[in-house]
Amino acid sequence: MSPRVVFPNRMLPYLLLAPQLAITLVFFYWPASQALYQSVLREDPFGLASRYVGLDNFRRVLADPNYINSIEVTAIFSVATAALAMSTALLLAVMADKVIRGRGIYRTLMIWPYAVAPAIAGMLWLFMFNPTMGTFAYMLRATGYNWDPLLNGPQAMTLVIAAAAWKQISYNFLFFVAGLQAIPKTLIEAAAIDGAGETKRFWTIVFPLLAPTTFFLLVVNTVYAFFDTFGIIHAVTGGGPGKSTETLVYKVYNDGFVNLLFGSSAAQSVILMVIVIAMTAVQFRYVEKKVHYG
Amino acid sequence: MATVELKHVRKVYSGGVEAVKGVSIDIADGALCVLVGPSGCGKSTLLRMIAGLEAISAGDIAIDGKVVNAIGPAERDIAMVFQNYALYPHMKVYDNMAYGLRNRGMAKDEIDKRVQSAAATLELTQLLQRRPRELSGGQRQRVAMGRAIVRDPKVFLFDEPLSNLDAKLRGQMRVEIKRLQRSLGVTSVYVTHDQLEAMTLADQLVVMNNGVVEQIGAPLDVYEKPASTFVASFIGAPPMNLLPLTRAANGHALKDGQVLASTAFDGSAAALLGFRPEDAVVGADGHSFALDFHVLAVEPVGAESYLHGEAAGSQLIVRVAGRTDVKPGDRMPVSVADARLHAFDAAGKRIERSPAGVIVRAAAVQAAPA
Repeated sequence: MSPRVVFPNRMLPYLLLAPQLAITLVFFYWPASQALYQSVLREDPFGLASRYVGLDNFRRVLADPNYINSIEVTAIFSVATAALAMSTALLLAVMADKVIRGRGIYRTLMIWPYAVAPAIAGMLWLFMFNPTMGTFAYMLRATGYNWDPLLNGPQAMTLVIAAAAWKQISYNFLFFVAGLQAIPKTLIEAAAIDGAGETKRFWTIVFPLLAPTTFFLLVVNTVYAFFDTFGIIHAVTGGGPGKSTETLVYKVYNDGFVNLLFGSSAAQSVILMVIVIAMTAVQFRYVEKKVHYG
Repeated sequence: MATVELKHVRKVYSGGVEAVKGVSIDIADGALCVLVGPSGCGKSTLLRMIAGLEAISAGDIAIDGKVVNAIGPAERDIAMVFQNYALYPHMKVYDNMAYGLRNRGMAKDEIDKRVQSAAATLELTQLLQRRPRELSGGQRQRVAMGRAIVRDPKVFLFDEPLSNLDAKLRGQMRVEIKRLQRSLGVTSVYVTHDQLEAMTLADQLVVMNNGVVEQIGAPLDVYEKPASTFVASFIGAPPMNLLPLTRAANGHALKDGQVLASTAFDGSAAALLGFRPEDAVVGADGHSFALDFHVLAVEPVGAESYLHGEAAGSQLIVRVAGRTDVKPGDRMPVSVADARLHAFDAAGKRIERSPAGVIVRAAAVQAAPA
């Protein structure tokens, strides 16, 4: 262990940490504690008074078929978004690794979508695939396919998944490119001499060595799909049609800020908090052990 | 077992840089050929071309009489030991060694037999279930060797395999590689920048510089008769002393103006006179080639000492056995036996001496009229 660095002034370390602590307190701990507090209260219909109801909000939420639906939607949406974003990014990264001329330009262009705000990305996809005015929607319908994400739930889901994945590909691409570059070239050459073809080399050497990157991205993408896709869903479908694209986060927003069911919404966000903490813990506890090499 | 032949092999990179400029080498079956040269001389590029990791711009490379220019590395039946060992970090030692065999679809029990036998040879049996990161540098090096051995290839290629080891281990592994190569009898090409490694390992020594072969030969032949001033100063440590010569009315003059009388070579072409530090003897016997040596520094190494100094206007190194009382600032005569002198022309090429000829200082000739 390296020797401990000791600050000469006892107050200095606390002072240096203070800004970050203040931000965390104001924007994380305070709202989180408010959510916990609200989740055991229920307001009267006019918002004039609230009373303590214990765990009744949780009981109601978990018994609500709409909430169960929302869990399913979130599961499908997250898995599909993470899988699509990561596999596409990996494919592009492997391709970009082989490009020799103009490699820098390709990489730069690949990173651009990440700079697009979620709501803007959502609008882009909405315009492209809007059944009344979207270019791609027009082309789809011209082939005879009945494209209508405004009425068709699975199609709406496909659209938000595509939009959400598209935005995240850049980020994943960046990490995969870095991961690929970190693999010593001599390993690939040694494998080539050892008689492994390109596909075999990828699956037996490159992919296992990318595991730390893949694991990191798995965590990041899951969190992204859970929380950061609110803007996209809000812009593209608004949770509809029906409740076919209403994810947990979107339902928290919908119930809390649109329907003004503060108690229910708070209970949902507490559940969401527990789910994410549990998922991250599981990922670090069981998956991380298997992916780090010296 | 196989021969390796290189015929006018060239490597030109897309930027126009010519890394290998027409190299031809014939390596006999079972021989250990060492490519030695300074960094950037093209030796590693050449090795990678033999391995099939670099395309060949011109010329032919043949393994076992078959031109392999268009054949991929997997089909050339070669095994390579990399400088950084290139062990697969996510695989156990056993799997590292078995990987190449599995890719070739060998039966499981045959793989096991080969891996176990190679592990026994290299004393790796206890380590087969470890991962590379749990091994020391020397052990990793052995695994890299093992991975090459199990394949039982036609040719071994070594790319500076010992340069990441500490000096003691390097000496040990050097002996081991030589012993292993002898016992297996597999034709090998070994790249190094270390002239000591090259001298001790090689059956056939290839000295390269700037993309061309300077000299090919048995290590001691190369040492005794360097084909150029480059070889003379690259092979041997400390390097050969070189004294520039200028034309004079009755022969050649050293930098300090003293004239040499020579019947040993066609004097007109000689531009440099050379001798190895260990061929110089302190003292003058009156008829050998002698210089007035001014000592500037003394390096005692233990078994020998190196005197750095100046004579005839050039920097020289003289080796004396054991320890010495010589101190910086001392002046003394230093002489070199006539047969131990080398001559090079203005381009640095060796000039062969006529067997009966001698090279002496003109003054010495006059002093010994009898």
